[in-house]
Amino acid sequence: MNLSTSWIIASKELKIFRRKKSIIYGTILFPLLLDVLFPLVIIYAEGKNGGIPGSYLPGLLNAFSFFFVIAAAVLPSAIASYAIVGEKVEKSLEPLLATPTTDGEILLGKSIAAFIPPIAASWAGLSIFMVLMDRLTSNTLGYLIYPDWSIGVIFLLIPIAAILSIELSVIASSRVSDVRSANSIGGLMFIPFMVIYLAGEIGVITLNTGNLLIISGAILIVDLALFYFSVATFRREEILTKWK
Amino acid sequence: MTAVIDTENLTRKFGNLTAVENLNLHVEEGEVFGFLGPNGAGKTTTVRMLCCLISKTSGTARIADYEVGNEADALKIRKIIGLVPDNVGLYDDLTAYENLDFYGKLSRCTESQRKENIKRFLMMLGLWEKKDVMAGTFSKGMKQKLAIARALIHDPEILFMDEPTVNLDPESAKTVREFILELKREKKTIFLNTHNLDEAQRICDRIGILNTKLMAIGTPEDLEHSIGARRTEIQLEQVNDVILNSLKKLSLGKISRDESKLTFELADPYKENPVIVRAIVEAGGNVQTVSVSRSSLEEAYLKLVREKE
Repeated sequence: MNLSTSWIIASKELKIFRRKKSIIYGTILFPLLLDVLFPLVIIYAEGKNGGIPGSYLPGLLNAFSFFFVIAAAVLPSAIASYAIVGEKVEKSLEPLLATPTTDGEILLGKSIAAFIPPIAASWAGLSIFMVLMDRLTSNTLGYLIYPDWSIGVIFLLIPIAAILSIELSVIASSRVSDVRSANSIGGLMFIPFMVIYLAGEIGVITLNTGNLLIISGAILIVDLALFYFSVATFRREEILTKWK
Repeated sequence: MTAVIDTENLTRKFGNLTAVENLNLHVEEGEVFGFLGPNGAGKTTTVRMLCCLISKTSGTARIADYEVGNEADALKIRKIIGLVPDNVGLYDDLTAYENLDFYGKLSRCTESQRKENIKRFLMMLGLWEKKDVMAGTFSKGMKQKLAIARALIHDPEILFMDEPTVNLDPESAKTVREFILELKREKKTIFLNTHNLDEAQRICDRIGILNTKLMAIGTPEDLEHSIGARRTEIQLEQVNDVILNSLKKLSLGKISRDESKLTFELADPYKENPVIVRAIVEAGGNVQTVSVSRSSLEEAYLKLVREKE
C-alpha cells in the first residue's frame, strides 16, 4: 500500500469538504454545542443550589467529557458515507477506480479524510471544555482539575472511537447505494457509546481513567478487526456492477 | 504492428445473463478501433474488463504485455490506460485544473509533467480560460472534454472511450470528434465504444460490431462490402410489365420498383449491369441513368444486429 497515494486521495477529499459548508458546520456544531451546554449547566447549578459539591465534580466532568467521545463517534459517519457512496452517486468512482490505485489505498485515503475534521473538531472542543471547566470549577475544587490522566485518556479515546465509526461507515457504504442509508447506519455508532455513558451514570461502571483505558483497548481491538473486514467488503467490481 | 489489446474467447456472465461471449479481438498499436453495438450489447462490460474494473468469467485478455485478471498486472494495466467512462464523473466541487491535477498525481506524474499536460490538453480542448472554474458549473460538452483531458493526463498508451459524444450537442460532439482525430494523428491507440455509425466510420480504422458476440470486424469499407450487397439504381422513362417480365427471366437478386426507378441488389454489379441494361433496352425501355451504390455501414450494422435478434 502506497501511503502517498492515500494522502493524495485524502487531500482531495479534504479540499472538497472545505467547500461544502454543510459538512463544515455539521462537524463544528456538535463539539461547540457541548462547549456551550456544559458550562451553562455548571453556571446554572451554581446559581440555583449554591453549586455542585466538589466531591461530585470530577465524576460529573468525566461524564461530560465522554460526550466528546460520542461526538467523535458520530461525526465521521456523515463524511465517510459521503466519501464513498457520494462518489458513486456522482458517478466519479469509476474513473477513480481506473487509476493505478489499490482498494486499500482508496479506502485509507477516504478514511483519513473522514478522520481529520471530526478529530480536529472534537479535540478542539475538548480543549475549550478543559479551559472553561478549569475556570468554572477551580474555586469549588481549590485546584485546576485539567489536565489530568482521565482527560488524557479521553483525548486518546476520541480517535479510537472515530476510527470505529469510519470503519463501520465504510462497511455500510459498501452495502448500500445512497448517502442517506449509509449515513443512517453509520449514525448508529451513537448507541454503543451512549450505552457506555449510561452504564457509567447508573453505576454499572465508573468512567475513571483505568476503565476508560480498558474501553479504549477493547475498541482498538475492534478497530483492527474491522479494518480488515472493511477492506474485504470494499469490492470495486460489486460497487460498479450492483450499485444503481 | 503489435497487438496492444488482445482477447481470446473473453466471456463475462452476470448470473444467467451472458453480457459478452467468446470475444476475440486484436487491436494494434496506434489503431483507432470502434466498437459498435446496441444498448446492452456488452460494450461497456468489455471496456470494464479490459480496464481491470471487473473480472472476466472465462477466456483471456492482454493489454500490452500484461494479463487482464492477474492481480499483479492490474495496476500496471491501469498505469498505461486512460478511461473516459460513459458518465463523466468529475468532481463538481473542484476546478477543472484541480480535477486534472488530482488524476495526474494519482498516476504518479511529476509536477512539471502535470503542469505541462494540463495546459496542453485544456488548451487543445478550449478550456484553458476556464481552468479555475468549478467543474460543476460546466456544460455537458465542457465536462465531456474535461473527462477526456483527465483520461489523457498521464499520457496513456491506450485510451478507452465509452460513448464520448453521447448526449452532446452537435457543436460539442464535433469538437470531441476532432480531438479524437487529433489523437489519431498522434498515433494514440484508441478503443472507442459508440452508437454513432457516422462517427465510427469517420474516425475508426477498424470496427467491431458487438451484440454479446462479435458479429463482424473489419475496416468500415470491408464491413460495407462484406455484409451488404451493392445496389444498382436504373432510372427509366417508363416501367412496364414487358420490361419487368424480361428482367425476371434473368434470375437476378432482389428487384424493387419505385415508379419509374428500378433498384437491384447485386453481388457483382459490374458484371450484371450490362446484362440488365441490355434486357431493358431489348424490352423497349429507355434508360435515363444508371448508378451503383454500396450498402452503407448503417445497413450492414442493422442487418447484423437484427440477424442476432
